[in-house]
Amino acid sequence: MTVESTSRDTARSTTTQESTARQPVGRTQARTAAGKSTAGKTTAGKSTSGKAKPTARKSAAGNATANGAANGKPPAKKATTRKPAASGTAAKPAARKPAAKKPAAGKSPARGTAARTKPADGPEMVQLLTPEGERVEHPDYPLTVSHEELRGLYRDMVLSRRFDAEATALQRQGELGLWPSMLGQEAAQIGSGRALRADDYVFPTYREHGVAWCRGVDPTQLLGMFRGVNHGGWDPNSNNFHLYTIVIGSQTLHAAGYAMGVAKDGGDAAVMAYFGDGASSQGDVAEAFTFAAVYQAPVVFFCQNNQWAISEPTERQTRVPLYQRAQGYGFPGLRVDGNDVLAVLATTRAAAEQTRSGQGPVLIEAFTYRMGAHTTSDDPTRYRRQEELESWEARDPILRLRRHLDREGAADEAFHSELEAESETLARRVREAIRTMPDPDPIAMFDHIYADGHTLVDEERAEFAGYLASFADHEGN
Amino acid sequence: MTVEKMAFSKAINSALRASLESDPKTLVMGEDVGKLGGVFRITDGLQKDFGEERVIDTPLAESGIVGSAIGLALRGYRPVVEIQFDGFVFPAYDQIVTQLAKMHARALGKVKLPVVIRIPYGGGIGAVEHHSESPEALFTHVAGLKVVTPSTPSDGYWMLRQAIECDDPVIFLEPKGRYWEKGEVDAEGIPDGLHTARVARAGTDLTVAAYGPTVRTALQAAKAAEEEGRSLEVVDLRSLSPIDFDTVQRSVERTGRLVVTHEAPVFQGVGAEVAARITERCFYHLEAPVLRVGGFHAPYPPARLEDEYLPGLDRLLDGVDRALAY
Repeated sequence: MTVESTSRDTARSTTTQESTARQPVGRTQARTAAGKSTAGKTTAGKSTSGKAKPTARKSAAGNATANGAANGKPPAKKATTRKPAASGTAAKPAARKPAAKKPAAGKSPARGTAARTKPADGPEMVQLLTPEGERVEHPDYPLTVSHEELRGLYRDMVLSRRFDAEATALQRQGELGLWPSMLGQEAAQIGSGRALRADDYVFPTYREHGVAWCRGVDPTQLLGMFRGVNHGGWDPNSNNFHLYTIVIGSQTLHAAGYAMGVAKDGGDAAVMAYFGDGASSQGDVAEAFTFAAVYQAPVVFFCQNNQWAISEPTERQTRVPLYQRAQGYGFPGLRVDGNDVLAVLATTRAAAEQTRSGQGPVLIEAFTYRMGAHTTSDDPTRYRRQEELESWEARDPILRLRRHLDREGAADEAFHSELEAESETLARRVREAIRTMPDPDPIAMFDHIYADGHTLVDEERAEFAGYLASFADHEGN
Repeated sequence: MTVEKMAFSKAINSALRASLESDPKTLVMGEDVGKLGGVFRITDGLQKDFGEERVIDTPLAESGIVGSAIGLALRGYRPVVEIQFDGFVFPAYDQIVTQLAKMHARALGKVKLPVVIRIPYGGGIGAVEHHSESPEALFTHVAGLKVVTPSTPSDGYWMLRQAIECDDPVIFLEPKGRYWEKGEVDAEGIPDGLHTARVARAGTDLTVAAYGPTVRTALQAAKAAEEEGRSLEVVDLRSLSPIDFDTVQRSVERTGRLVVTHEAPVFQGVGAEVAARITERCFYHLEAPVLRVGGFHAPYPPARLEDEYLPGLDRLLDGVDRALAY
């Protein structure tokens, strides 16, 4: 019974996402309808046509800011950007939309494909690669990638997945206490990670293994906290990759503050705040949106909507698509196909560029899927349907890029076999590193509690050292 | 600047000004700290002189204030955050406890978090609820934080300057009931260490350990007791994490009796820790158990009752009498 009701929730979740995500479609269709008068028929069949137009108009307005970002151009004027959100008078931005969106009409096949794959994807989602690996264009996100770059992205995704799988295995073998797998989110992480410059700064959750890979963090360093030998431990400043943050959403405020500092310094780095669909309900995320917006801080809020916050579907977090949250705060938001590494790369690049230029934050919702469990302690069969998992597996981000590589003839067999070998080498290195990772000295728990020292810590350290030493004495005698 | 007599509030203001002048990375941030100068006018004139980029009016969101201060610190700034009232710190408590306090250790020392959180605390001002509380024990319990509380204008000035220079997060508790009291501040003098206790008045019969707002009460009690022929020593703890137990111990070894007083509830408060440690350190010197005089295990009462709730002169003297009766 529980399972049944959960799946019903899931179904509802999909519906919600679908209907809201579709509003923009309505807009497109309405426009098409004006020219071709076929759209009306399509929707009419679904008996929503009556509603289609008014909603379409509203959502067009609502999306004005999103499209502003999508164009990669500054929202014409701050005041204009904020107005629609604040006052709800959407008429004007909506009016300027059709012109801006004209090219989209020519692109209907791609949209068709996207819509066919999965209703919840919603055509508003930026996509540059179909699940079949076919390259499609998006008017707002032109992207030229060489074969070499394609191979590079593919390599990143394959290696980070291999690392992730190895970590899961190491947990099963008792070498790690816990592992939060990123399986399925490789495109969202590699695409966004590779969009950044070295001087950009990343504030991750605890699942950003692919982003860490892009930042050059040695993957074995990520394992310490999950083995229980430290709580992070890497130097955040050596790769501009902050420590993993366990408390949900806290890091988005650190990103906002860091970005306020970048702006004060007159710097042009972008600051990435990673978070998930569950975190979007946290007050800290709302406050981070507020702070970044009012100080026009250079933050890209990168939400990986992987559909599940442990057992709770996105519907338990929001009644509107997450990217639309940005409008209420007066900055642009957009949704990208999070399983499409090229689309993620292009949108993140554009968002980072926009935020660098002093126009304030941008929200990207990468629509993706957590193909694995929340962590190795979780059992997703208790709350989600096998068919759902399978439908997403069909849109596997790595498979998608592989299909594209094959279509393009961008990688030969030698490349793949070398990559296979490299994967195994990486996995072996990770295994060996873990198995030889020493437990910390007990006295280390007193280290680095304070930068300037603390007498109580000194006292307790000395007492505990004396206690430990007392055993040594006995053994010595 | 030579020795100058100034109000506690002015001393804090002067310390902020001096720190803003001496280090361009120092920032002041909080609700209404800019044009208004803060609800207590502590930051009066600072935004005018240092600009909106350094004296920052923040959105009304305490977690956001502390969380963004953490980010600024990671970028190399030294934010001095003002929380408007003690009772409003709790939305930020999560950021303070789970993030600010632990980040230096989590990074194995590779990042520093020089964030000062100024909190006007304590009662006696006839305020509505959430404006009179003493939450110090909720911070002293957390490793990674330092907690200090000045009781005089001079300490207000120097301890704040030292807190801002400290590379650790410091919870800086300002006894708001003492904001308008005046005292001498020597901005060119040599200050006591940030974490040392100070014998505020020498005596021989009993030690009263106090801090923040209760130091004045303790001094009044010592004066009253003197008229009855009792000599009380008053120790101003000044720092609550760490606590300078050595100074308290030296005092109690001479007097043999200790009463600890604070406005916060006595149950599992700072006084309990002092009592336990001093009992352990001075067991053979003690003539009486260590007694505590403080707030009750009750929500801070409506203003009309706060004089009964707070450990005033009479209740403190009652505690002193009980300790001397052993």
